[in-house]
Amino acid sequence: MADLSINFAGIKAPNPFWLASAPPTNSGYQIMKAFDAGWGGAVWKTMGVPIINVSSRYGGLNYRDTRMSGFNNIELISDRTLADNLKEIEEVKKYFPHHAVIASLMVESRKEWEQIIRDVENAGADGIELNFGCPHGMCERGMGSAVGQEPEVLETIVGWVMAAAKVPVITKLTPNISNIEDPGLAAVKGGTNAISLINTIKSIMGIDLDTFAPYPTVDGKGTNGGYCGPAVKPIAMNMVRQLAQHPDISGTPISGIGGIETWRDVVEYILLGATSVQVCTAAMHYGFGIVREMDKGLRRFMDERGFETIYDFAGKALPNIVEWKELNMSYKVVASINPAKCIGCQLCYIACEDGAHQAISVSSDPANRIPSIIEENCVGCNLCSLVCPVEACITMEKQPAKVAPVTWEQLTETGNIPTTFNDPRAGGNGHYVPEPAAAIKR
Amino acid sequence: MVKSLNSDLMAEYKRPQSEEEFQQNFKQKKPLMNQTEAFVESARCLFCYDAPCVKACPTHIDIPLFIKQIHTGNTIGAAETIYDSNWMGNACGKVCPTQVLCEGACVHNHAHVKPIEIGRLQNFATRQVIDQEKSLFHKGASNGKKVAVIGAGPAGISCACELSVLGYEVTVFEALERPSGLTVYGTAPYKITNEEALSEIDYLQQQLGFKVQYNSAITTREQLQSLENQYDAIFLGVGIGPTASLNVKGEDVKGVTGAVEFIRELRFKKHNMPVPRRVVVLGGGNTAMDAASESARMGAEQVFLAYRRSKEEMGGYSFEYDLALSAGVQGVFNASLREILEQDGYVAGVEFVKTVSQNGRLTEVPDSEFVIECDLVIKATGQAKMVDFLSLIPGLTLDSSRRIKVNTQTYQTENPRYFAGGDAVNGGAEVVNGAYEGKMAAQGIHHSLTSHLSPLTSNHG
Repeated sequence: MADLSINFAGIKAPNPFWLASAPPTNSGYQIMKAFDAGWGGAVWKTMGVPIINVSSRYGGLNYRDTRMSGFNNIELISDRTLADNLKEIEEVKKYFPHHAVIASLMVESRKEWEQIIRDVENAGADGIELNFGCPHGMCERGMGSAVGQEPEVLETIVGWVMAAAKVPVITKLTPNISNIEDPGLAAVKGGTNAISLINTIKSIMGIDLDTFAPYPTVDGKGTNGGYCGPAVKPIAMNMVRQLAQHPDISGTPISGIGGIETWRDVVEYILLGATSVQVCTAAMHYGFGIVREMDKGLRRFMDERGFETIYDFAGKALPNIVEWKELNMSYKVVASINPAKCIGCQLCYIACEDGAHQAISVSSDPANRIPSIIEENCVGCNLCSLVCPVEACITMEKQPAKVAPVTWEQLTETGNIPTTFNDPRAGGNGHYVPEPAAAIKR
Repeated sequence: MVKSLNSDLMAEYKRPQSEEEFQQNFKQKKPLMNQTEAFVESARCLFCYDAPCVKACPTHIDIPLFIKQIHTGNTIGAAETIYDSNWMGNACGKVCPTQVLCEGACVHNHAHVKPIEIGRLQNFATRQVIDQEKSLFHKGASNGKKVAVIGAGPAGISCACELSVLGYEVTVFEALERPSGLTVYGTAPYKITNEEALSEIDYLQQQLGFKVQYNSAITTREQLQSLENQYDAIFLGVGIGPTASLNVKGEDVKGVTGAVEFIRELRFKKHNMPVPRRVVVLGGGNTAMDAASESARMGAEQVFLAYRRSKEEMGGYSFEYDLALSAGVQGVFNASLREILEQDGYVAGVEFVKTVSQNGRLTEVPDSEFVIECDLVIKATGQAKMVDFLSLIPGLTLDSSRRIKVNTQTYQTENPRYFAGGDAVNGGAEVVNGAYEGKMAAQGIHHSLTSHLSPLTSNHG
């Protein structure tokens, strides 16, 4: 039986499913309800400098009939009094002593940091998360992502916090930066116990076509908000693995955040090196009940593979993520269409024809809608299999290797790479390309 | 003594006593979608390349495009796309046998996924522009030429619309008091309401300005001569005639009617239409299915659909037969009509003889006569062709099935002044076929009257 419990930089929790610091963790009521539903931890909505919020606050990105495949907000940190939050932290810990309650904090001066750390520790918080990520409102006041984008400032503040804190400290990073390793390293240098990422991405969710105002709209105006939800997951996962692979950061526990909704998402983040995950959008969309699907799925995954704890598979994908120059250039796959499954939509044909390498043909017999792969033209790009609406209809078949495995790096070492603009060794040289005029001759 | 098939049966439907109860019994098979349904349904479209639904549509509507337009909130644009190919866009969305046309061709079927409800999406888009009276079309600049259209059915109206856009002055001559032809007069009420069919034609006429003269049957050579003198071309959208005679004993007694006549009366009398307890419908085509379904929905206790050949040989669509069965209709197959029995001048029953169909040949089984007692016989055994009327047009020729012979591209008849489309040409098909042929004929007329100006171009390959 899988044991989901974790010890994340000293913060113990019955499972790795935590609620991120956000609207679902605005109150003791919500957090107790979440713990009751099965969540193992919660990062309290950021406490700190007093703020006032606007109305409206959230925007959704719908794709076709899927609601909120992306989500953004222009809400600020907690607008409740610190006293109320502290009182409720104490109460939650009374009912749920073994669950993780982490206090997210955001203040300005060293004095304020020291004061608020003492307050939340006294209330019983198991850990502290430093909000250096909020990309709207707070950054205009020199906090949030304004700190996360300045590694030196970040390192200094982490240093202040580490000097004051008795409980473990997690530094939460903003993705609104060109290289996530810079703030990651700064946090480690400042002495942080753990890192969490990503915070939200600066975004405009859409424009009202009648009023020309952005969503979410506040009296005809809007501002860049923080983007999250399923759409940001690939960006977040890359940042997580960047830190997990960095030799000076990899020893620091990482809490993965960004678009997590299902057990599959959780497993992926753990495979990339995260040892706790934080969820917000999915809980805002479906409520706390979604955790039961994550829980059951993660357990089955672990049981089927004989993993006893999440540490048994944490980071297992990292060795497989290499630099492009280390990829095997003799490896080749070719698309294969299963005619028994094909429904004849011909999306693969037009995708390859217009968007890739003209390696799929359709029959001149109108009764036969099943396209065929022109194997010699196929570069194995995957596009056809990605657009195919039928499960497992187009598969990418590995071809017998004609030459021994070789990487760009090795080719470079042996001087066997194309070097001039018209070098005949260019990879696409000799590959089939239709005559340009054939496009309009039909 | 011949045995009787009758037994005690409960009607599936209560006899409608009011317009409301009538509408309940004849609930629309393809009800108008709401915004959410249209949004969710349109999201499922795969936007196929060279989409099979488009090919399956006789008018070649760019279906993936209009569905995408609905999904992106461009519903008016969607209606425009539909009308671009088919002037009967709304009627076709409701009455087309989509199961065997666009929806039957939807690739989702191959994965056992429900096909996109194209008909209902088409109805959704077109109904919005009709109800909101969105102006989408303009009468073309006058070219000084006049065309007479005979018949305000789908073919005639489509022809009139297309010609109006091309700048012709069009007058439609309609024998009845309303337009739409069989869209209203010959279609089951659960497929389209009178108001829906009529409002689309009104919507088109408002914008395109063609004239329609009602109660203006063209029946004589003199009338035709007058049209020939006044108009540059004449389009025949005359359809086919009343129900053909069966030439059997008892056919003329009270309580024997034709299916087309029955449906027409029902459409306007609605709950006031007297339909007796026991009904026999003769025939195996879609009109027979409709008449049987309608009788059952009017509260008839026993409705027999009697066809002289086997179930498999029926011309009607299987889903129409299933619909009739679900309304409580019973199928009687391999039953050939012998005689209509009468009592006191009224129909009392139908005597049949059993048949065997082998290799398409039908033979009667000796001593197998049987009777179905009934109070109403509906003949759905085909309509007479308008042979007498058509013989008034010099040079016009008919094929062996008495359909008007036309050029399959221009729909020009063998009398070059006359063009034709719809049932009179195809022998009796769907509204969508009439709509297509009327439109094509308009282009044929335009080509014929301007051929010295430009070569013929068809807007659909």
